[in-house]
Amino acid sequence: MNLTLKIWRQKSPKDQGKMVDYPVSDISEHMSFLEMMDVLNETLIAKGEEPVAFDHDCREGICGMCSMYINGEAHGPDRGVTTCQLHMRKFKDGDTIYIEPFRAKAFPVIKDLSVDRSSFDRIQQAGGYISVNTSGNTQDANAIPIPKDDADLAMDAATCIGCGACVATCKNSSAMLFVGAKVSQYALLPQGQVEASQRVQNMVKQMDDEGFGNCTNTGACEVECPKGISLTNIARLNREFLSAKASSKN
Amino acid sequence: MSLIKEIFTSSVGRKIAMALSAFFLMVFLLQHLTINLTSVFSEELFNELSHFMGTNPVVQFILQPVLIFGVVFHFVMGFALEIKNKKAREVSYAKNNGSANSSWFSRNMIWSGLFILFFLIFHFKDFWVPEMVYKYVQFKPSDPNRYYHEVVEMFHSPLRVGVYILAFVFLTLHLLHGFSSAFQSVGANNKYTESLKMVGKVYAILVPLGFIFIALWLHLNG
Ligand code: SF4
Ligand code: FES
Repeated sequence: MNLTLKIWRQKSPKDQGKMVDYPVSDISEHMSFLEMMDVLNETLIAKGEEPVAFDHDCREGICGMCSMYINGEAHGPDRGVTTCQLHMRKFKDGDTIYIEPFRAKAFPVIKDLSVDRSSFDRIQQAGGYISVNTSGNTQDANAIPIPKDDADLAMDAATCIGCGACVATCKNSSAMLFVGAKVSQYALLPQGQVEASQRVQNMVKQMDDEGFGNCTNTGACEVECPKGISLTNIARLNREFLSAKASSKN
Repeated sequence: MSLIKEIFTSSVGRKIAMALSAFFLMVFLLQHLTINLTSVFSEELFNELSHFMGTNPVVQFILQPVLIFGVVFHFVMGFALEIKNKKAREVSYAKNNGSANSSWFSRNMIWSGLFILFFLIFHFKDFWVPEMVYKYVQFKPSDPNRYYHEVVEMFHSPLRVGVYILAFVFLTLHLLHGFSSAFQSVGANNKYTESLKMVGKVYAILVPLGFIFIALWLHLNG
């Protein structure tokens, strides 16, 4: 199929940036969206032009590296998939496709479609872990009985790949689905209890310091999240935060 | 004190505060509607209740200031959050397909809220300001039978009835998202959430519809 791509081009973080039109032809419907971008880049390189910079790594929907806001939706029009797993069969011959970077103040553009999501790393570093002694006599995690329902919910939360589609989609650029997932995966398990109060307070503080917006419960994030992370995780974040503040000693 | 400060300066805390003020206002709306409804079937009861609300010191000097604080808080916090949220995305998308993932009213709470604010200014000028002037500026003698006629007088004007109806339509739009959103904000998302959303829809439609009915009824029969 033949398509017209409208792509955000921005040379550097300081550059103004603008949308540029690129026609692409002979795109197979079996290609992934990133393969289509590879085809475009090959033609650009052949013409001596600068290829379009975009993030990717695993290309199988697990690393969370690919991004792109495609036709007004994070990871494009398909549900439950990342951009690397989006197929060209979702588009029609002659379509015009808008391709923009994930936009948020806390995700500054590095170049073209590539954005800096290290704000997510800093939120994780603020509390998205449990401190385990690796002295050699660490208790086997499976030795602690955990109700199946809780284990399942924790696992669901833990499937968040930190892609940032929730932020990109949210009209407020809120990171609460991500933080909700990261808080929940520990809040539901006994191992997470020890640091629960500090965790939620520190992660929310870091999230606010990074300049993410405030959730207004539109629910757009859960629809666009490639891993189907549910809004119940944000509700749990709110509960955890409230009880941490109410019982906090410092 | 630092707990209060931390709640009002953190994103999650503000959201909870926003929800609590919303709960308060939703309860108030029900109370307001209940009293207004009496005007439809009993002039005496309406006058009696209005007189009680207008003269009881607890209502006047405790509940009324709390209500005004609740209203002002909800608006000020709503605007403060909106401004902060706008700042969280400096460059907007060339193409954004919002309707693909969220409802129109959830994305436009600020607009429905703004319209309701303008209406409230109008509504205060209609009822509250004259009432305050009557009681606390002119110190007119209390007349337990004046309320019904005052209301009927107000709703003679078709223009006023029109503005009120429009405002209640915006209130419905605001509540269609606001009701269930407030529960989510305080962390209540559980097996009752789906039923609660239904209750929210019913509330969002019936309560404003009740007010519209009263305005129309007073206009036509008053
Ligand atoms: S919650 Fe979903 S959309 Fe947000 S970062 Fe995690 S996987 Fe991506
Ligand atoms: S490239 Fe790894 S999830 Fe898309």
